[in-house]
Amino acid sequence: MITMKRVRKQYPNGVQALNGMDIHIDKGEFVYVVGPSGAGKTTFIKLMIRELKPTEGTIHINGKNLGDLSNKQIPFLRRKIGVVFQDFKLFNKLSVYENIAFALEVIEESPEKIKSQVMDVLEIVGLKSKARFNPTELSGGEKQRIAIARAMVNQPAILIADEPTGNLDPETAWSIMGTLEEINNRGTTIVMATHNSHIVNTLKKRVIAIESGKVVRDEAGGAYGYEA
Amino acid sequence: MKRRTLARHGREGIKNIRRNGWMSFASISAVAIMLFVVGVFGFLIINTNSLVDTIENDVEIRAFFEQDVESSQQENLMEDIEQNASVESVIYRDRDEGLDYFLDSLGSEGAVFENLRDENPLNDALIIQATDPQMTEPLAEEIRSQPEVETVEYGETILSELFTVTNYIRVIGGALVIGLIFTSIFLISNTIKLTIISRKDEIQIMKLVGATNSFVRYPFFIEGMLIGIFGAIIPIAGLTAGYYYLHSFMYDQIPFFTLVDPNPMIWQVSAILLFISVIVGAFGSQMSVRKFLRV
Repeated sequence: MITMKRVRKQYPNGVQALNGMDIHIDKGEFVYVVGPSGAGKTTFIKLMIRELKPTEGTIHINGKNLGDLSNKQIPFLRRKIGVVFQDFKLFNKLSVYENIAFALEVIEESPEKIKSQVMDVLEIVGLKSKARFNPTELSGGEKQRIAIARAMVNQPAILIADEPTGNLDPETAWSIMGTLEEINNRGTTIVMATHNSHIVNTLKKRVIAIESGKVVRDEAGGAYGYEA
Repeated sequence: MKRRTLARHGREGIKNIRRNGWMSFASISAVAIMLFVVGVFGFLIINTNSLVDTIENDVEIRAFFEQDVESSQQENLMEDIEQNASVESVIYRDRDEGLDYFLDSLGSEGAVFENLRDENPLNDALIIQATDPQMTEPLAEEIRSQPEVETVEYGETILSELFTVTNYIRVIGGALVIGLIFTSIFLISNTIKLTIISRKDEIQIMKLVGATNSFVRYPFFIEGMLIGIFGAIIPIAGLTAGYYYLHSFMYDQIPFFTLVDPNPMIWQVSAILLFISVIVGAFGSQMSVRKFLRV
């Protein structure tokens, strides 16, 4: 489903974010990506949605080489990958409902289907009652869950989450993990970048550790492995 | 694109004006003020040009016949002149009419010369206007060469200076209008650009969630167009009302100087302002959005 081969990414300012990354993730997997700050986790995510292009190497998603995509094809790639951004990236001027509906308007869904699907995901993340609120009126955890709801609403094959439990209290963090597991159980591949050692060590999944832009460890049911 | 998506873009464009309330208000005001200034200058230049035209159209050639020319010869010459393509009009004025005209033009002073009526020194004359006032001189010279004509008068000494001045006024006026139109295009598109720069993140998010470029662009197109329309309506209404008032005020107060008739001039000016505003609003927004689409 996701294959990276010898991927190197150097930024124009000379910083080498990834340095020969090899990764293979199968359909339906739940993978933690761990590593110290600046290890290249966010770059890894940006490469998957073609926000960035690799300097060297190839990335295949669903069998498609991202290097071969034209600019016009990029939106269609992004619709197959739901992303929960570290900074949420919600539209602050739109309501919670409109934020989630946007992902469906983009694929030109019918208004009836938009309504039912948005209400369904709001039910899943437990924020049905906040549909009319603006993101600015929500707590960090609630925003996080709205971001997850938007990422999953069009039932993408892959869901990528960048620190989805960052800055959250443990209780909220666990409820978000519950949501992600539920989505994973429906067959969605989940890639989650995290610093939360407690979660990684408790909810055992495959762990890919990145350091200095390289995979240094890749084990099923692995531990976090860094000082928390 | 599905029809409902197109309708969605229209709705979003309208909603965005409300969502970005203050920014919309600021850009609509900026567009309105700019167009108001362009409109005022436009009126000023149009009226100056019309005044210049009036002055130029007062230029006429007076050709006096020789004393002994028969009236049939006079008629022949008059017909010849009428045939000339560069002649607008020819009026025959016999010597008695000529004297009346002369005495009238002096007003109350004319009484001093009343005794001229006993022995009229004037000759019969033709009063000729050229189609293009600037062609007066060559036309006058042509008429002067006719044997039936004794003298020709057309204010030759001040004429060339007058035309130099009027031509300058026209060129400067034209340059001002063009300059103002370009300035307003530049300022309106810059205003629109500011509203869009403030929404750079919004555009970026749309792209990351899988929106195509055109999906992002359409609502901005509608929004830019609406800002253009709203920004134009206010100055157009103000300028129209103001000009109608000023026109009738001047007509009452200074009868010998009338402003250019508001109809259809004001509608033409309004149409130009609206056109500039809408086109620049709609396409200015597109140019600004384009920069942020590369995500």
